[in-house]
Order: sequence, then structure tokens, then C-alpha cells
Amino acid sequence: MDLSLFRQRSAHEWEIRPRDDMQVPAVIFATEALMGEMDQKVYEQAVNVARLPGIVKASYAMPDAHWGYGFPIGGVAAFDPDQGGVISAGGVGFDISCGVRCLHTGLTRADVAAAQKDLAEALYYRIPAGVGSTGAIHLGPAEMEAMLAGGARWAVESGFGLAADLERIEERGQMAGAEPEMVPQRAKERQRDEMGTLGSGNHYLEVQELTAVFDSSLAAAFGLGIGDIVVMIHCGSRGLGHQIGTDFLKRMATSAKQCGIRLPDRELACAPINSDVGRTYLGAMRAAINCALANRQILTHLVRQVFAELLPQATLSVLYDVSHNTCKVEEHRTNGESRRLYVHRKGATRAFGPGHPDLPEALRAAGQPVLIGGSMGTGSYVLAGTTESESRAFSSACHGAGRAMSRHQASRTWRGRQVIDELAARGILIRSPSQRGVAEEAPGAYKDVTAVVDAADAAGLARKVARLEPLICVKG
Amino acid sequence: MGVRGVGATRAQAFEQAALALTAVVADLQTIDPRQPIEVECQAPDDELLLADWLNSLIFEMSTRKMLFSRFSVRLDGRRLHARAWGERVDPARHHPAVEIKGATYTALRVAEENGEWVAQTVVDV
Repeated sequence: MDLSLFRQRSAHEWEIRPRDDMQVPAVIFATEALMGEMDQKVYEQAVNVARLPGIVKASYAMPDAHWGYGFPIGGVAAFDPDQGGVISAGGVGFDISCGVRCLHTGLTRADVAAAQKDLAEALYYRIPAGVGSTGAIHLGPAEMEAMLAGGARWAVESGFGLAADLERIEERGQMAGAEPEMVPQRAKERQRDEMGTLGSGNHYLEVQELTAVFDSSLAAAFGLGIGDIVVMIHCGSRGLGHQIGTDFLKRMATSAKQCGIRLPDRELACAPINSDVGRTYLGAMRAAINCALANRQILTHLVRQVFAELLPQATLSVLYDVSHNTCKVEEHRTNGESRRLYVHRKGATRAFGPGHPDLPEALRAAGQPVLIGGSMGTGSYVLAGTTESESRAFSSACHGAGRAMSRHQASRTWRGRQVIDELAARGILIRSPSQRGVAEEAPGAYKDVTAVVDAADAAGLARKVARLEPLICVKG
Repeated sequence: MGVRGVGATRAQAFEQAALALTAVVADLQTIDPRQPIEVECQAPDDELLLADWLNSLIFEMSTRKMLFSRFSVRLDGRRLHARAWGERVDPARHHPAVEIKGATYTALRVAEENGEWVAQTVVDV
């Protein structure tokens, strides 16, 4: 990235001043080193987002930002419906509500050491993962509608998990305003056999050990300590979300002109929030959020079944569940007044600070847990939302390491078997149906997650709490 | 991941782009083109038609749990009629690397250049 194009506001904040038809500035949060490595396309895409109607304050990019589709991945933008603000299918992404859930097992490394291999095999056997895999649940039309309206709450009421889990999920496990009837039929068809499946690509289920604590009082508030074993689940709304993204991208791209919106890039396809297409997408997208929440809830249930057989002393309580690809209506203060804004986070995590009313009581004093997934060989992090994150980027933080290398390049650089053997030598067990898939997800294909998390912490987006390292990784 | 089809005609470039789409998931040589399916779509311009074509295949791959390795495309203006041949996915034999979420509009282009048709886009995996 050419740094001469930016005005440096502070050590971790880089501004592109409004020019031409930009409505607001574009701001990237990163260290100078991360800025230097960042794709030049992030600059172009952050500028393009700043041109969209009704955008408020700035178009933001997180420290893990990279070239996305229309919006940069790691992009955050808020829109005001009363100022002609838009909602964008491209700004949410194809994998609606893709996210991370963390389960605290209540176990330590010593408890799982002897069972590590059996646990890896059992999780791989029980969790449907990879191309063509189907879950044990097949939804008929009425159940599909109920799932899309009810989210994780529907899953719990259907016998997958505990009512206490819901407190620890964004939106208390059920996204309000979901309209299942707005979801295209093809999206429902695609989802029929996919409930309770992990998917493929960068999705995973990991058993991890907590290896470092950076803030002991926040770690205590989250119930985390050195040597703790957690389970991290990374997946999204599966085929349903992908199809909603596909269908509405086309509808918005073809209707934008009639709505008087000039798109700088077709992928930025959007519609006014106050329009038929906008409202329809919103209802469908919220239903897809519920699908993702229900999916992670069912996977949680499967994980609990596996532990109950092998390590029955495990508790497996939900620490928290975050979503990365969403558009949510939130109250934010700008220019001294509180406004209801439509906040798009594409490859970015909501990070509410201490005291936020949407947080469960047990976490309210500490702030929202922000779960950052790294690569399968490096590590993941738990952060906490900060008070100042509200004024930085509408209470948002990074979401992961971000790719440093294309899949094609990674599969030419490594062999899956070699990656699996090298990680096994370090005590990390990988289970996957696809060797090529493992090669494409090799740890070296990702940026340094520690540098990303350090930048998010230093920029005040979220506060570093703990580091986790993988012991078992089930890959789709 | 980018996919690009190149051919003497627009229809051939669309067929080649579909082969590239499958190659993102699995080795084409391992897929037996034994079972045909029909695909039809239409769009206001060539680029959106390419995205629709690839997205139709992604939908068929996902709902039928199939992989396709042979394609025949006929274009009638901005209408596409096609047949795709493939088989049910077998993880042990196909070793599928990723499932494709959708064809995006990033780097989306359908154009004739130097006597050849190029049809390309980026797919989200």
C-alpha cells in the first residue's frame, strides 16, 4: 500500500480525506508494518464504500483488512436510513453471519492429554465437514420457517443445547425482524440437508489450550485461566446464506440504477434501506443470521455429545458467540446525538464496550468477548470490547488473521500431508477429508494474527485478554 | 479464487469457465461425466449471464451433491441453455478441497479480444 496517499491521524489510524464524490473520509486502523503489507485494493474499496449514499462518519477498515468483493474484508460502514442510507448485500458478504463460538470445557491440558487422539477422531467422525457432507437433521418446510425465525432459540427448543447458552450469543440467540418468507426458495432448498454441518474452506472446529493471559481481571471475568481447554467453532449460515447473497447481489445490482444509485463497482450492489428491495433483503438476511446461530448451536450439541462419551467431566459452557458478516441496527452517538444506524460489518466483529445494555449481565462490566480465529497452526485470541471502540469504528474490531497468500499459491507451495505431519510433530492433530484443502489453509498462507490483534489493541478497538493455541483442528 | 474460460465463441468461453469452476473444487480427471442435468438462465447483459450460469452450477452442485466435468452451452442472446454432465460427489475419490459459496462480480468480464472470447470472474470459497 502506498502510504503517501494517507494522512496519519495517530500511530494506528490512517485517513483518506474525502475527494471527488466521497461522502466521508475512509479510515484504516493498522500499524505502519501492516499498512505496508496491505493490498492496494483495500484503499480503492474503502474509498468506494465512502461514496455510497447515506454513509455516516467514515468508511472503516480493520487491521486484518484485505481485498474483498466490493467492500474490503475487514470493512465497517454505518448508514442512516433518514439520509438516503443503503443496505448492501456485498457489504454483508456471501457467508451471512459467519462467526465464531467459544465453549469453555472446564478441563485443563492434563485432562485431555491422554484422550487427545480419541477426541480428534470422535469429533471428526461426529461433525459433518467438507464438500457434500450432510447433517442428521433434514428440515421440512414448516421446520425451515421455524428455524429461520427462531435461530439458536429454535435449536434449543428442538433439543440442541441449553437455555443458558442463549444469553451468551449475540441477539440472545434470535435475530429479531427475520422474515423467512423473504428468503428465496432456492436458498431454503440449499439448506435442507445442511443444518449442523461445518462447511469447508476456512471453517473449522478446534480444541485449544489457553497459553497466555494479557489482562487478568478481564480473563477472570470471562472465566478463563492459563491451561484451560476451550472449543472454538468457526462457520456460518451455510448454503442458505450463500444463496441469499447470490440472489440479492443480482437484484440490487440491477435495481440500483432505478433507485438513482450510481455504483462505483457492481459488487457494491445496494438498495436504499427504505425501499422494497432493501426491506426484503433485510428480512432475508436476518433469517440467515438465525440460520447461522442455529447451526453453531447444533454443532455445540454435537461437541457436547462427543465430550460426554470421552471426557464426561467437561462442562462446555458457552463463553460467547460472535458474527462477522452482518448488517445490524444499532444506536451510536455521532456529533453528540444518538442515531439508529445500519452498521455493516464484513469480516469484522462487533465489539461492544463495558456497560452496553445488549450484553448479558455476567459480561456487562467487562465488555463483549471478541473472538479472533487465527490459522490452524498459529493461535487464536480472546479480546474484549472497549468503551473507546464506540467512537473509533462503531464498536467494531478485527476478525482474524486474513490471508497472505492465494489458495492456488498455497496448494503449490505445500502438500496437505506435509502440513499435517509438521503440525502433528508440534502436538496439533489435524483431521480433514481433503489434503488439498489442508494445503490451501496452511498456517503460512495467513498473516501473523498476533500483529493484527496487537494493532487492534493498540488502536483501542478491543483489548487483548488471552491467547489460545490449537491441539485439535477439524477442517472441512 | 479467479476462474477464466477462453474459447473461439462466447459459448465455448462459458463452457471453459465452468470447467475452471469445477477445478476449484476437485481434479477434473477424477469426475465421470455420466449423468446429465439441464441448466437455463437469462440476464440483462453478458457479465451477469456468466455470473448466473456459474451460480446455477453452484446451486446444482450444492443441492444434488454432484460435481460436473463436461459442459455444453448454447447462447441465444442473453439466454443460456446448457447441459452439464457429472456424478455424485465421492469424498474418497474426488478429494474435494472446498465448496464454492457463490460467483461474485469481482473482476467479472466477458469480452472478445484478439479473436478469442474471455469469460472470467472471482468465486467466493
